[in-house]
Amino acid sequence: MLINEFLLLGAALFCIGVYGVLARKNGVMVLMSIELILNSVNINLLAFALKNGGDVAGHVFALYIIAIAAAEVGVGLAIVLLIYRNRRSIALDELSQMKG
Amino acid sequence: MIYAANSVPQHIGFGIIAALMIVGALRVVTSNNIIRAALWLVVVLAGAAAQYILLAAEFVAVTQVLVYIGAIMVLFLFGTMLTRAQIGYEKELNNKHRIIPGVVALMLAGILTYVLIDAYHASRLPKVDVVTTQQVSDAIFTTYLLPFWALSLVLTAAVIGAIVLARKD
Repeated sequence: MLINEFLLLGAALFCIGVYGVLARKNGVMVLMSIELILNSVNINLLAFALKNGGDVAGHVFALYIIAIAAAEVGVGLAIVLLIYRNRRSIALDELSQMKG
Repeated sequence: MIYAANSVPQHIGFGIIAALMIVGALRVVTSNNIIRAALWLVVVLAGAAAQYILLAAEFVAVTQVLVYIGAIMVLFLFGTMLTRAQIGYEKELNNKHRIIPGVVALMLAGILTYVLIDAYHASRLPKVDVVTTQQVSDAIFTTYLLPFWALSLVLTAAVIGAIVLARKD
């Protein structure tokens, strides 16, 4: 197979994820879009690992990215929960207290 | 086990799964229903696991299913349940301006596609042995032991932080 098939799939997922992060207002939906981006990175890592003849480093770092994603979702959802508890809404464009 | 790099069934399988993943990802970022978006995200994550198997990474594929589909999706559904009253259609999910994100994403897609095709248009994947779980674990616990420790600390800190943040008092 061509390596480009996987790389282009990763690029497409990445761009869709970027669109989601920019276009969504709901905090949970932004976190889901970030998951899309992290998955596209993983596909890229594994494609290059295979291109380099089954390099183990790509697999190890793909696993680390999965673990980091789990931590990120845990903390992110805790923050979203806290915002909801304080404001009864998780619309991210209403969080403008830090605007100068 | 040798990873066969150029068989026709692999191309067909890749095409079907990739199309499913793209459609699922588009539904994730456009759906007006949080629960439906989360379930489309499951489709994308399962497709990614299938792609990892096509990329001869069996352990990463299993971990993807266990951690992402098993744990993270449950976390998302819990988050949805705890942060909103109604389950169903909702029109307050998107920003008012969706033109600019669309333009940004399309420009990014164009640049990435051009660069990738320019750089790797003739690069084929070689025939290699499938990377076994034993090789991965050997690498994690010898060469990459220090990142593993750091990662353990990060996970511990994240869990404690999440508990502290979400605690009620």
